Amino acid sequence: MLKVNDLKVEVNGKSILKGLTLNIGAGEVHAIMGPNGSGKSTLSHVLSGRDGYEVVGGSIELDGEDMLALSPEARAWKGLFLGFQYPVAIPGLNSSVFMREAVNAQRRSRGESEYDAMDFLSISREKMKLLDMDESFMSRAVNDGFSGGEKKRNEIYQMALLEPRLAILDEIDSGLDIDALKVVSEGINKLRSPERSLIMVTHYQRLLDYVVPDFVHVLSGGKIIRSGGRELALELEESGYGWLEQDMAAAE
Amino acid sequence: MATESQEIDRYISREYEHGFVTEVQQDTFPPGLDEGVVRAISAKKNEPEFMLEYRLKAFEIWQQMEPPEWAHVHYPAIDFNSISYFSAPKADSDKPQSLADVDPEILETYEKLGIPLHERAALAGVAVDAVFDSVSVATTFKDKLAEEGVIFCPLSEAVHDHPELVKQYLGSVVPTADNFYAALNAAVFSDGSFVYIPKGVRCPMELSTYFRINALNTGQFERTLIIADEGSHVSYLEGCTAPMRDENQLHAAVVELVAMKDAQIKYSTVQNWYPGDKEGKGGIYNFVTKRGDCRGARSKISWTQVETGSAITWKYPSVVLTGDDSVGEFYSVALTNNYQQADTGSKMIHIGKNSRSTIISKGISAGKAENAYRGLVKVLPGATGARNYTQCDSLLIGSRCGAHTFPYIEVQEPSAQVEHEATTSRIGEDQLFYCRQRGIAEEEAVSMIVNGFCKDVFTELPMEFAVEVQRLLGVSLEGSVG
Ligand SMILES: Nc1ncnc2c1ncn2[C@@H]1O[C@H](COP(=O)(O)OP(=O)(O)O)[C@@H](O)[C@H]1O
Ligand SMILES: [Mg+2]
Repeated sequence: MLKVNDLKVEVNGKSILKGLTLNIGAGEVHAIMGPNGSGKSTLSHVLSGRDGYEVVGGSIELDGEDMLALSPEARAWKGLFLGFQYPVAIPGLNSSVFMREAVNAQRRSRGESEYDAMDFLSISREKMKLLDMDESFMSRAVNDGFSGGEKKRNEIYQMALLEPRLAILDEIDSGLDIDALKVVSEGINKLRSPERSLIMVTHYQRLLDYVVPDFVHVLSGGKIIRSGGRELALELEESGYGWLEQDMAAAE
Repeated sequence: MATESQEIDRYISREYEHGFVTEVQQDTFPPGLDEGVVRAISAKKNEPEFMLEYRLKAFEIWQQMEPPEWAHVHYPAIDFNSISYFSAPKADSDKPQSLADVDPEILETYEKLGIPLHERAALAGVAVDAVFDSVSVATTFKDKLAEEGVIFCPLSEAVHDHPELVKQYLGSVVPTADNFYAALNAAVFSDGSFVYIPKGVRCPMELSTYFRINALNTGQFERTLIIADEGSHVSYLEGCTAPMRDENQLHAAVVELVAMKDAQIKYSTVQNWYPGDKEGKGGIYNFVTKRGDCRGARSKISWTQVETGSAITWKYPSVVLTGDDSVGEFYSVALTNNYQQADTGSKMIHIGKNSRSTIISKGISAGKAENAYRGLVKVLPGATGARNYTQCDSLLIGSRCGAHTFPYIEVQEPSAQVEHEATTSRIGEDQLFYCRQRGIAEEEAVSMIVNGFCKDVFTELPMEFAVEVQRLLGVSLEGSVG
């Protein structure tokens, strides 16, 4: 479904991704692991079309369609969702107004009718239950004054509402205590389906105990240097990232 | 991120919608100002003697004054002799008696502006006084209001029909010598609305005045006077637009509000004068003095303003809290884009015991605009238990605009409590990207972020106008994304 081929990306003239290749099939869950600064967030942002990243080589295709030509919103309309590592606050903008507009914008793009406030309310209640969220969430401003855990839960709630075909979750586990991690992981598991592919970006393997991936990739030095199954994550936990970097240095 | 700036720029620079000119025969004075002109304006309006005296005295005072220079705005000195001080549609020489007599071109103008004057088509529950350059051309629902004893008419008519009220209240809140532009206005004011709400009456509909500048090289100097007698309530809205012209035009208005015991006045402004073009050429100089006097105990005056237009805005709607337990409020959104400059805020003068005031100011700057908040909270000795809360927030869009805050606090009463909070934030690329990633297109995203920022003020607007204002803000912001 998603094909990333030999992707090369620069930020302010500095090369960050140096020929990254990744293939993701429908319904698959892939974990991308790597040390801090290895380019995980860069990959997440480039996939979703954020400005400020210069793609100097390679391609990104979703179902055979070139994604690089599309704006961030157009990619979202194709069913791409990014769960942010650092969700930003938008003071004064009511969460439910924001999410209703997001859902309706996506429905419009598919030629579907918009939800009115009542329709939306009942759908959003259903999704909030999935994540054990309090209804007061909806009357607060987007991410404004949210705790770390609330922000991450809110990201998954948004994913539940938008029902993407491909979700990239960038360090959805960071800043969560073990209880919050369980709630968020359960939410993610409930959203797994044969039509929905997932990319879990993480630094730690802990998350993968709860959301078990089909494939694990290790990102280092701007490239995927190893791919494998679930066991690769456990191996990494045992020996840390250090040995990988030695491998890398040897290879260069 | 350079690309992001360009997109924001494109978004803020949408065109002004109300820039057309109405082709109508105008009777316009040649430019220039001397005593003869002041007399001629008074004669043109067939004014009683007391008005002519009022104007001549004001002219004398004005001649001794200098234009203010303390505001955080920059513009070349105004040549007051290059402006015409009176312009009226010709057909008006025998004032129209009913809408049927109003020039169809003018009716069409208001139609285009979204303010239909035919009562059948009119906004439900809103009476409108339409001021075209120097004169009022139509006032709707006058008869219906008269049934309740409410007087709503052009000030030029009130000086004839209600001279005792005009004599008693005109200049009683903003004295002629108050400031340079207030003095100029007192000498040459053209027209404006007059409102009187009798004791105990709740005005049955929203009152509104729609100001339109049409003629070239003409200043508009309107004057509005609203009196709410004991226990009465009124909600009043003013709107303004002007054609797009390369020359700057001067608008120097005075608005006076008087609230007697237990009376309430809510005054809302949607100011959308032509702001000038993207290079900063043309646009209205909007130098306005607005002040309310909470004269009686438990009276309340509330100013709500949404300012999106004008090349330069200089305006500080104020409340003098004379009565005990009186309440003053100021809610403001001021948006500046391209080369617009705004120096606006409020003054709250606490005299009465337990008087309370609230100032909520939201300044938004985009492009190369400058936006300043200037506020004064003054508590006089004896105003025991007086309280003020001020919150002023600035939002910057792009990196070439500016926001400034000048709060002045003078407390001469130890039991008073004055609180001031200020924040400055920038619409971030991260906020925009967050919205867009969720599928919300960029223009819509900016508009949602700005509306969120202004929420506390918009909730104060009369329902009928809240939607219009959100749309207007969207238009004013177009091309602003950067
Ligand atoms: N806007 C930027 N300007 C300059 N360097 C950046 C920018 N964003 C990321 N980088 C650099 O790119 C590299 C990868 O960062 P990132 O993708 O955030 O890594 P990760 O998410 O794996 O921790 C880091 O060296 C970081 O310093
Ligand atoms: Mg990261």
